[in-house]
Amino acid sequence: MDLYKLSLSEIAKKIKSKEVSIKDVLDSVYSRIEDVESKINAYVTLTKENAYKRAEILQIKLDAGEDIGVLGGVPIAIKDNICIKDVKTTCSSRMLQNFVPPYTATVVEKLENMGAIVLGKTNMDEFAMGSSTESSYIKKTCNPWDLSRVPGGSSGGSAASVSADMAYASLGSDTGGSIRQPASLCSVVGLKPTYGVVSRYGLVAFASSLDQIGPFSKTVEDAAIMLNAISGHDTMDSTSADIEYPDYTKSLVNDVNGFKIGIPTKFISEGLNPDVKKAYEESIELLKNKGAQIVEIDLDYAKYSLAVYYILATAEASSNLGRYDGIKYGYRTKDFDDLTDLYKKSRTEGFGAEVKRRIILGTYVLSSGYYDAYYKKAQQVRTLIINDFKKAYEKVDVIMVPTAPNTAFKFGEKTENPIEMYLEDIFTVPVNIAGLPGISIPCGFDSKNMPIGLQFIADAFEESKLLRVAYTYEQNTGFHKIKPEIK
Amino acid sequence: MKNYEVVIGLEVHAELSTKTKMYCGCSAAFGSDPNTHCCPICTGMPGVLPVLNGKAVEYAVKAGLATNCEIARFSKQDRKNYFYPDLPKAYQTSQYDLPLCKNGYIEFKVGDTQKRVGITRIHIEEDAGKLIHDAYTGDTLVDMNRCAVPLIEIVSEPDMRSAEEAINYMQTLKSILEYLEISDCKMQEGSLRCDVNLSIRPIGQKEFGTRTETKNLNSFKSIQRAIEFEIQRQIDEIEAGRQIFQETRRWDDDKGYGYAMRSKEDAHDYRYFPEPDLAPIVLSDEYINEIKKELPEMPHIKKQRYMSEFNLPEYDSEQITSSKEVAGYFEKAVSICNNPKAVANWIMGDFAKMLNESDITVNESKILPENLAKLIMLTDNQTISSAIAKKVFIDMFETGKNAQDIVNEKGLVQITDEGAIKQIVERIVSENAQSVADYKAGKDKAIGFLVGQIMKESKGKANPQVVNKLLLEVLNK
Repeated sequence: MDLYKLSLSEIAKKIKSKEVSIKDVLDSVYSRIEDVESKINAYVTLTKENAYKRAEILQIKLDAGEDIGVLGGVPIAIKDNICIKDVKTTCSSRMLQNFVPPYTATVVEKLENMGAIVLGKTNMDEFAMGSSTESSYIKKTCNPWDLSRVPGGSSGGSAASVSADMAYASLGSDTGGSIRQPASLCSVVGLKPTYGVVSRYGLVAFASSLDQIGPFSKTVEDAAIMLNAISGHDTMDSTSADIEYPDYTKSLVNDVNGFKIGIPTKFISEGLNPDVKKAYEESIELLKNKGAQIVEIDLDYAKYSLAVYYILATAEASSNLGRYDGIKYGYRTKDFDDLTDLYKKSRTEGFGAEVKRRIILGTYVLSSGYYDAYYKKAQQVRTLIINDFKKAYEKVDVIMVPTAPNTAFKFGEKTENPIEMYLEDIFTVPVNIAGLPGISIPCGFDSKNMPIGLQFIADAFEESKLLRVAYTYEQNTGFHKIKPEIK
Repeated sequence: MKNYEVVIGLEVHAELSTKTKMYCGCSAAFGSDPNTHCCPICTGMPGVLPVLNGKAVEYAVKAGLATNCEIARFSKQDRKNYFYPDLPKAYQTSQYDLPLCKNGYIEFKVGDTQKRVGITRIHIEEDAGKLIHDAYTGDTLVDMNRCAVPLIEIVSEPDMRSAEEAINYMQTLKSILEYLEISDCKMQEGSLRCDVNLSIRPIGQKEFGTRTETKNLNSFKSIQRAIEFEIQRQIDEIEAGRQIFQETRRWDDDKGYGYAMRSKEDAHDYRYFPEPDLAPIVLSDEYINEIKKELPEMPHIKKQRYMSEFNLPEYDSEQITSSKEVAGYFEKAVSICNNPKAVANWIMGDFAKMLNESDITVNESKILPENLAKLIMLTDNQTISSAIAKKVFIDMFETGKNAQDIVNEKGLVQITDEGAIKQIVERIVSENAQSVADYKAGKDKAIGFLVGQIMKESKGKANPQVVNKLLLEVLNK
């Protein structure tokens, strides 16, 4: 049996029951990586040596009758903007190509405490800025469904690794859709939790008020298991939510009878690919048949989300990325005349085009004289968008929209026109603006057999509702069982 | 000068004496080996997040309450963005439009008049690291121990009109911060420093002149000199028909000269925006009232109490209460010897001089307050004369010995026995016929000479009042 093909919950059970050894599992996954990674290029760094060491320790504990956690021995992948002590964390940037953090992110500590084994770090758009993983300085990650197409982004490596069975689950980060959009493009489950549910301590910041870590998985059940492991209040993160965290696996109920699902028809009417539209409409029918109530809702301000996003996210990014100055760590130019020259050249050479574009945008919108017109105005519109959602959730349990307006596009297809690339995030960005949880699950394929994603959005801290509706949909369709043929 | 009025406002930075830094658990202590008090958070490693030190807020609120400020129930922190190697995050976390405290004032004496200076605002922010230029290799190195040490910035209204007022303001502020025990206020270590905003205008003119800002002054002397220099410079410029430019200036205390650093046009655009990694600071009335209750007696209240309770002159009260340490020492000594004026005289006189010469504080000296009290009691009960007391004091200062022990060891007990003193008086009178004749001829000065001789003969131990009395008796016989 090919162990790598199993889901996270399946492999965890087999390890726990000692039907297979943790080493067998690692062997299977690493040999899978050996077979297909040269085509996919999902990983920036493999941590094979550490993984086998941990496997040995965990196996000894397990054999001694100890509880090694719900993720005991399960190999997972981590996006390369989440710090692990003594393991390179590059953010797929030349700037941090050789950066080795002196500390470990809270999420990784939590996963390891639950027994997970880190396989390696995955490729991404540089500093998580992009929707195709093409802005990576390190390598080009391909979509397992069609190697000539992008896996989406920015967490393209994390999505592709799970899609190609090179990891049972992975972590990504989502600032404007960077988990959900690649999940959609690669036909895996991608969950972006409520802002504050997962600690950001150790996540290299792109836009602090929008960033959130979340899991990629093969099934909705696995997403719930991963969320159980990584969620929780963290005293190291002042924006972390100090609430009662439920057991998310309790929401895995195949029943949406009486569930109210909101459809913002006006918001999703424009620019939607016909195949995506068809899959979306079929999904509505399916859930209706399962007893869900479909409710028409208005999200009047959602259309301004991208404008708001490209002001707030770039403003925060311009400040967050100031620390990469060639002084303390990271890339430093070879020749420079003085301090200013050192700054200029290090940043010019160390950052790629998309990162520089956003730093310039963000610097501009925060400049004196422009602050009120851009940043302040964007914050005001952000409040309107939040209120829009609040109003909607008075009427519905979840909102359902496509994850992305299109399926995976070809390399280079949108790199010349940044705005077109930005538009790929139109259905995911409002969720970050409002700090809400969203999940993308497989809901079909287009005429070229490229995956389509369906997104559910819930009110803040209502991940349980998301998981319930997503689980029901998944159990009644089975798109998640269809795997790409890598060629 | 006489045609111009000076307008001064100060921005004072005080490092808060919290145990740990503003946003991490590192020690905020001064003076350790470079880069030993730092961690991923205060060195701005990728991915780290700040967690606000509640003590810093508490200390800032104390400062606000003690300076009659309104305390904001809702305030926030903002990022001030700029590049410099001592600032690892490339932004300083500060407060921009919603400071913790605002609209306060402090009062102090300038000569005989009471002066009130408005406090515009007090906000919290983090300190930067320190650059160390290695003269040997020519390298510049960064010490991040000071990165993210909590600071308060106290911004005054442009209410001061002379260097003297500015110095008095600084002194008053320093003593308030010391009383609150929220800052070491060690100017030489940079834990208290100030920027001087200064302009001049023709007397009678309503509008302010163009101001300059002289940065980072860290001693009273340099504040005084920098202000005097800048006043003169601005007058010279205006008198010569030139313009004053709004600019940032640097003061070189060694050269006694101020330089322009950058003009308004070159000023940084700090691109302030709300710090997204930190929640707003929301304070309840209960929280503020708790802090209010904990406030110590402030110097100006203490001064009034000294005047009424101890009957001390205003000047003495002001001098002693200007330092919490000195006031504490004073009260301890008074509680034992019950002679406030005598304690005050010692503290402001010989003691102050000797402390100054040794460059130590009153609590660092070897003389414990109970010991000073005993010395005063020995004088008060006439065991020793005040002249002897001064000698004993020097001994105490050097050795830390008990006053009584010194008096015993050296046999300094005052002679008050009239019989014994009379013998000396008679001998001196008989040995100094000329002085006696002078006295009788109306030269009162002669008596001083005779007293001196008698005291010398008694090795200073004769009670001076008794000597005077007996001498006059003998002379007028």
